[in-house]
Amino acid sequence: MNTDAPSLESGAKPIMTARNVDVFYGKKQAIDNVSLDIPENQITALIGPSGCGKSTFLRCFNRMNDTIQICRVKGDIRFAGQDIYDPKVDVVALRSRIGMVFQKANPFPKSIFDNVAYGPRIHSLSESKDHLEDIVITSLKRAGLYDEVSDRLDEPGTSLSGGQQQRLCIARAIAVDPQIILMDEPCSALDPIATAIIEELMDSMKEKYTIVIVTHSMQQAARVSQQTAFFHLGELVESGDTQAIFTNPEKERTQNYISGRIG
Amino acid sequence: MPDYLLTTSPQMAKRHARHKRFQWYGRIAIAISISFMVLMFTAIFFRGIGAFQKTMVAVDVQFTESQIDPSGKREDVSLKQANYKPILLQGLQQVVPEATDRRDRNQLYKILSNGAAFDLGERVAKNPDLIGTSKRVWVAASSEVDLYVKGKIDPEVPEDRRRLKNQDIAWIEKLREAGQLKRKFNTTFFTSGDSRQPEMAGILSAALGSFFSLLICFIIAFPLGILTAVYLEEYAKKSRLTDIIEVNINNLAAVPSIVFGLLGLAIFLNFFQLPRSTPLVGGMVLALMTLPTIIIASRSILRSVPQATRDAALGLGASKTQTTFHHVVPLAMPGMLTGTILGMARALGETAPLLMIGMVAFIVDVPKGVTDVATALPVQIFLWADSPEKGFVELTSAAIMVLLVFLILMNVFAVYLRRKLERRW
Amino acid sequence: MEQSQDLTLRRSSRASQVREYAIQGALIACSLVAIFTTIGIVASLAFEAIRFFGKIPISSFLFGLEWSPQTAIRSDQVGASGAFGVLPLLTGTLLISFIAMMVATPLGLLSAVYLAEFANTKTRNLVKPMLELLAGIPTVVYGFFAALVVAPLIRGAGEGVGLQISSESALAAGSVMGIMLVPFISSLSDDVINAVPQALRDASYGMGATHTETVTQVVLPAATPGIIGSLLLAISRAIGETMIVVMAAGLAANLTANPFEAVTTMTVQIVTLLTGDQEFDSAKTLAAFAIALFLLVLTLGLNIIALKLVDKYKKKYA
Repeated sequence: MNTDAPSLESGAKPIMTARNVDVFYGKKQAIDNVSLDIPENQITALIGPSGCGKSTFLRCFNRMNDTIQICRVKGDIRFAGQDIYDPKVDVVALRSRIGMVFQKANPFPKSIFDNVAYGPRIHSLSESKDHLEDIVITSLKRAGLYDEVSDRLDEPGTSLSGGQQQRLCIARAIAVDPQIILMDEPCSALDPIATAIIEELMDSMKEKYTIVIVTHSMQQAARVSQQTAFFHLGELVESGDTQAIFTNPEKERTQNYISGRIG
Repeated sequence: MPDYLLTTSPQMAKRHARHKRFQWYGRIAIAISISFMVLMFTAIFFRGIGAFQKTMVAVDVQFTESQIDPSGKREDVSLKQANYKPILLQGLQQVVPEATDRRDRNQLYKILSNGAAFDLGERVAKNPDLIGTSKRVWVAASSEVDLYVKGKIDPEVPEDRRRLKNQDIAWIEKLREAGQLKRKFNTTFFTSGDSRQPEMAGILSAALGSFFSLLICFIIAFPLGILTAVYLEEYAKKSRLTDIIEVNINNLAAVPSIVFGLLGLAIFLNFFQLPRSTPLVGGMVLALMTLPTIIIASRSILRSVPQATRDAALGLGASKTQTTFHHVVPLAMPGMLTGTILGMARALGETAPLLMIGMVAFIVDVPKGVTDVATALPVQIFLWADSPEKGFVELTSAAIMVLLVFLILMNVFAVYLRRKLERRW
Repeated sequence: MEQSQDLTLRRSSRASQVREYAIQGALIACSLVAIFTTIGIVASLAFEAIRFFGKIPISSFLFGLEWSPQTAIRSDQVGASGAFGVLPLLTGTLLISFIAMMVATPLGLLSAVYLAEFANTKTRNLVKPMLELLAGIPTVVYGFFAALVVAPLIRGAGEGVGLQISSESALAAGSVMGIMLVPFISSLSDDVINAVPQALRDASYGMGATHTETVTQVVLPAATPGIIGSLLLAISRAIGETMIVVMAAGLAANLTANPFEAVTTMTVQIVTLLTGDQEFDSAKTLAAFAIALFLLVLTLGLNIIALKLVDKYKKKYA
C-alpha cells in the first residue's frame, strides 16, 4: 500500500475520495499531499500523534475548515463523485449530507427534543409535527439514548451526563439523515463505560452510515474500525485494513507509533 | 449519484435569501443610528455657526463732557451710569436724519442693543480721556436686527406680525449702505457671561464654572478612585467588607445622575451649609458620580499589570507598599489617568445634578474661584434652550458646538496621554 | 557584629510595619467612601421622604391617580388643595421609556449582531468608534435636538396625516432617548454575543445551518439571559434620564398611554419642584425627595435583577 492510489479491501465502493490534499493555516502547512478513499458503510479510523493533522484532514470533508479564515484547502475531494469545493456546491446542502460529532459534546442550550429537532427543522425535513416527533424518536433510538430520556424530552440537553450528551450529539447528527458521520475524538472526554457504549453504537450505526473517526487511542481504532489511516506530521504514512495495519504494518514509522516509540 | 449538491434547491435558496436579508437589517440599523447622529450635528452646526458673528453698528459719537460728566470729577460710577442714549442717537441721526419725532427716535435707538449704552459707559470709565473727543465706535445691534441681517427674519411676513417694522428695515438698509452696519466676529460670546439680551450673552462664566467644577472633581475623585482601586486589587482579601464595597461601587455606577444632585442638596448644602451654586459643591457632586467609573476602569488596568512585575519586586525584598507604589501603580498610571479623563469628559456633559445644587441661576459675573457663584456649560445650554427669544437658538447651538469641541479635545487628550506614557511591560 | 545586624533588622522592620499598616488604613478609608456615598444617598432621600410622608400619607402618594403639587398658603391647610399621587408620573416615565426601548432594542441588537457576527474587521473598527461617539454626546444636546427639531417634525408629520400631536409628545422625547440608548444596548450585547462559545456555532454549522440560522436559532437564544440583562440596564437608564425629558417632554401629569400626548416623568417633576423658589420644608420640595426615593428603588431593583441575570449567564459559559 502506498499513499498515491490507495486501494480498498473487499472492493467496497468509496463514498468519499481525497486526492493530493494540502491544507495551510496561513503560511504553515498542516496537511501535505494526502490521498485517501473512504469506503461506504464502514468505519475508517484516522490515527496518529497529537498535532499530526488528522482533525484538520477530517474537517476538510464537510468543509468546516471554511469557518477558519486563515485556512486554505487545496486538492481534490469528492463526495459521491462530485468535487465538494466546486463553487457551485452549496455548503449548507453538503453539511446536511455529512454530519459531524465533536470532541467535547456541545448540545445546544435547548431541550433534548429541540436539540435533535434542530437539523430537521432548518432543513424542513418533516411534513408535520407528528413526523418531526417520529424523526426525533427514531434518531434517539438509533443513538441508543431514547430509553434513558424518553420521559424527559423537554429537559435541557445540558442536564445529561457527559456520555449521554455525546450520544445526544450523535442523535442530533443522525436526525438529518446524513450519509457520512465524521467523529472528531468523540470519546476523549468520556469515561471507559460511556466510551464502550458509544463504540458499540458505532458498530451498529455502520449499517446505515459511513463513519470516519479521528482517535488518539490505537486500541479504539483497532476495536471499532475496518480501515485505518496513520498520519504523522501532516502526511498520510500508511492506510489500509485495520487488522493488517496493526499486526503487520509496512512502514517503519507506523510500526514505531504502534509500538509506542513515537507519539 | 444525485445531483443535489450542485444546485441549490428552491428551499435552500430561500434560506440563503433570508441570510442576505438579515445582514441588510443589521446594516440598516447601523445606518439609521449613524444618520441620526449626523443629522443632529448638521442641524446644530447650521443653527449655531451664525452665532460666531454679531451684527455691529458704527456710530459717530461725540463724548461731550456736559452730557457725560458735568461735575468733571471723573468718578468711575458716574461715568458708567451717565446717559449715553442722546449721544448714540445723535450719531445715528447723522445717517438717518428723518427720525425726528419722539416715536421715530425711540424706534431708531432700538436698532442698537440695550447694552450699547452700557458698553460705552465701560469704555469711558476705563479711559476717561475719551471725554471731549469724537470717535466712531462699533456697538452691538439689537437681537432683532442681528437676526434680520443673518436672514432669520422673514420680511415677507405681514408687518403687524413682526417686531421689525418696514421703517426699521429701511433704516437698517441705510446704515448698511453707509457701511455702518456689519457682521463682525462675536468676541462677546467668548468674553462675557450670561445676559438677558442674546447679543450681549456669552459663555465665559459658564465655561469657567465648568472648569472649576471639573478641577474640584479631579482633585477629589482621582486620588480617591485610584487608591480605592489599588486597595481592592492589590491589598484586599476576599471578605464581607470587600464584597460590600464592590457591590456598592457597581450599584453607584447605575444610580441616575439626578440622585447625586439630591445627595448634594440634602447633605452638602443643607447639612454642611456649603455655599449654594458654587463649583465647589458642583465638583463634589460630580466627583461622587465619577468615582465608580474611575474605580472600575482603574481596577481593570491594575489587573492587566503582569504578576511577574509584583513577584520580581517582592522577591527582592520590597514591602507590599513599595511593590505597589513603586512598580505596579507607575505601570498602571497611564491607563488610570486615561480612564479618569474620560470619566471627567462625561462629567463635563452632566446637567441634572448641577441643577439640583442650584447652578441654575442667572449668572452674569464671571467666577474667579471655586466658591464664587457660577453656572456650568451644559446648564447654560439648558437655560438658553428654554429662553423664548429667537436669538438664543443660535447661541444655544453655538454653545453646544463649544461643549462638543471640549469633549473631543478631552477624549483626544486622553488617548494621546495613554500613547505617550505607555511603557511596554 | 551579628547581634547589631539583628537589631538593625528588627528596628527598621517595626517602623516599616507601622507604615505599612498606616498606608493600608488610608487605603481602606478611601474605599469606604463608596459605602458612605451609598449610605448618604439612601439616608438623605429617606430622611426627607419620611418628612414628606409625615405631611402626605404614603398611600395617597403610591396609589393616588392625580399629580398636581400645590401647597397651601397657610400651614394649617396642608394637603387640602394638592394631590401628590405618583402614578401619573410613573406611567409617563414608563410610556416614554417604552417608546425609547421600542426604538433602541431593534437598532441596538441588530447593530450588535451585525458587528459581532457578520462585519469584517475594517467595518468593525470604523463603526464601533462611531457608536461610541453617540454614547458620549451629553444628554442636554439630545434634549435640545429633540425639542428644536424632532418634536416639530413629528407634530408637522402628524398634522399632514390629520393627527393631533402635541409639541411635547411622548413620541418625540421617547424616540430621541431611544437613539441615546442604542450604543448602550449595542456594546453590552456585543460582549454577550461574543461570549457564546464557538463550539455551539460549530455544532450548528456542522449540521448545515446558514450563518443567519446559526445566529438566530443558536447564538441569540444562548445569549438571551445576558441580552435581557443588558435590556434591563437600558430600561433603568431610560427611567433615570433627566435632561432629554425635561427639555422635550411636558409638565402636565397625564395618565395616558397615547404616545402623541404630552406626559411628564418622575425626573421632570423632581427638577421642576426643586428649581423653583420654594422653601426647603414645604411639601412640594419634600415631594421631590419622595419621588427620588421611589425612582432609586425602581432603578436599583432593575439593576440588581439585571446583574444577577448577566452573572448567571456568564457562569454558564465560564
